[in-house]
Amino acid sequence: MKSKKSIKAPFFIKDCALIAIATGEKAQNLRELRDRLRNIHQNSIYYHFWGGLLRPRFDNPEYHNDFAIWIARSLHNKILAERLAVIDPVLFQTLEDLREELIDTIEESLDETEFPSWSKRDDQFEFIRSQIVVFHPKVSVEEPANLLNILPDMSLGSIFFHFIDGRRRNRNSLDDFRNWLLEFGGEYEDLSEHIGSIDPYFSTLKELRDQLTGIFRSYFKGLNK
Amino acid sequence: MSDINVLEKYEEIAGYDVVEHLRQLARPLKGMRFIHVNSTRSGGGVSEILHKMVPLMQELGIHTSWEVIKGDPAFYKCTKAFHNAIQGNLVNIPENHLKAYEDANKRLAEEIGGELREADVVIVHDPQPAALIKHLPERRGKWVWRCHIDASQPFRPVWKYLREIVSNYDASVFSLAAFAQRLPHPIYLIAPSIDPMHDKNIPLDQPEIEEVYKQFEIDRERPIALQVSRYDRFKDPVGVIHAYRLTKRFIPSLQLVLAGGGATDDPEGDMVLQEAKAAAEDDRDIKVLLLPDDAHRTINALQRIAHIVLQKSIREGFGLTVTEAMWKQKPVIGGNAGGIRLQVIDHHTGFLVNTPEGAALRIRYLLHNRDMLEEMGRKAREFVRENFLITRQLREYLTLIYALLHGTEERIELKDVP
Repeated sequence: MKSKKSIKAPFFIKDCALIAIATGEKAQNLRELRDRLRNIHQNSIYYHFWGGLLRPRFDNPEYHNDFAIWIARSLHNKILAERLAVIDPVLFQTLEDLREELIDTIEESLDETEFPSWSKRDDQFEFIRSQIVVFHPKVSVEEPANLLNILPDMSLGSIFFHFIDGRRRNRNSLDDFRNWLLEFGGEYEDLSEHIGSIDPYFSTLKELRDQLTGIFRSYFKGLNK
Repeated sequence: MSDINVLEKYEEIAGYDVVEHLRQLARPLKGMRFIHVNSTRSGGGVSEILHKMVPLMQELGIHTSWEVIKGDPAFYKCTKAFHNAIQGNLVNIPENHLKAYEDANKRLAEEIGGELREADVVIVHDPQPAALIKHLPERRGKWVWRCHIDASQPFRPVWKYLREIVSNYDASVFSLAAFAQRLPHPIYLIAPSIDPMHDKNIPLDQPEIEEVYKQFEIDRERPIALQVSRYDRFKDPVGVIHAYRLTKRFIPSLQLVLAGGGATDDPEGDMVLQEAKAAAEDDRDIKVLLLPDDAHRTINALQRIAHIVLQKSIREGFGLTVTEAMWKQKPVIGGNAGGIRLQVIDHHTGFLVNTPEGAALRIRYLLHNRDMLEEMGRKAREFVRENFLITRQLREYLTLIYALLHGTEERIELKDVP
């Protein structure tokens, strides 16, 4: 393994938990959904794309965000649901960009629809936002190799915080792992690339933890040969 | 069982990382005083959860106590009327019943006001003790109204009365966004949960399960469909019998068990029970069972011997009987209503249906595809393990405390967590 050449900032392991808050905003058809989306707090958009990882929601293999799930299940519009499901939030620099994409996609569907369908009264889309509580358990590592021992037992809250939430916090939109590896110059470029190849949108937090562990394991095993 | 090691027991069921996460969340809250207030220590879902939630919070180092409001018969009539009104029924509450309600709350405020004023967090469950807050204007901590009832379509005159009271709280908690009403404070969402160590859900020995076959004359060799719910038109027991009949033409060996508690204070319950018995006619393969409220282990055994569990509700709150069945690895054929939608994921943990015909089709499908039945059952149990056990609810309560203490800012950073 390569030796330390200079002092780098340690990687502080943090943890988090989410709590959901009702916004009181709801929609019963596509037009209402589009209108609410124009003004809803961007935290709510974030929640409906990513919050499912930390709250009761079945890992739906067909539709990966709440908008697509509701449109398929309650409005029975499978075409639009597919178009929305394929929107990958990772590809958008800001939540405003993501909001625009959602609205455009819905408007396109509205243009094609003579009679937008309605959901049942008790099955409306409920806009929810969340608060995130972040903990600093005072565990840190100095070297990327040290993460190898920590990752397998890292809480799912930590995985969410560093791998999902980090993309929103870091100006370069990188997760916390890759963001930290930048501090080492080009030394861990390969490792960073491997981490970047993980698609967080199609995995549960447990799967993400396993994938990250696997990448760190094989990378450092390779270096030790 | 000693409460000292309750958390360790949950580690075995929910996972070490889940319980460790709870310990971490609770560490900065050690020493805080937390009080739950509800209306009963026995019977009903709220007290069941509190019986486990309180010792778990204590074990995590939070000084947690549980107080119960008591009243005269007029108080209970009033709060029963509140309950029905929140669910949308038209009720008329006489003035003397409202006075009994106010008096009972005032009395409890006088009895335990000192502790309530000094508590860091007070969670008041449902409308029965909600008016306590009016009598304790000088409060040190945060007060939360936890509404376990579906308040999506309340009877407005009663809701107006209650809204004025609950508006005094710092926050409310509802089970689902769809159940909530607008209030002038943050409305948090915490789904209910089941306790895997409750008599309803613990693993049972084979002899105890065998006893249920004998007791109710159920043939162990033939397929069994089961619905557990009180006798209520919204649970559609007659629709379930209709679905059974439609299936029976194709699967003559099918047996149906309807098991429900006796709602002694609900005259309509008896009527619906009689309707179900009439619909069953003399079919010996339909068992319409009226079980006592504490028949938890019997219900547990029935859920375990069933091949398929139905919850064909037309209207439903959260539907914890669905969660219980799923925990026992049963796919659930559920009505497309309320919290059932959150649990029964169509084609994955069961099927959502809208009619007896839809239910019949899915029963036939599952009984002809036993591999699929087992696969769905496995998925159902895992889904419950990850989302609907008491450990998840406790995590959300702990998170709620931080949210209450730090306001509604989107991100709460706790810098000094040891």
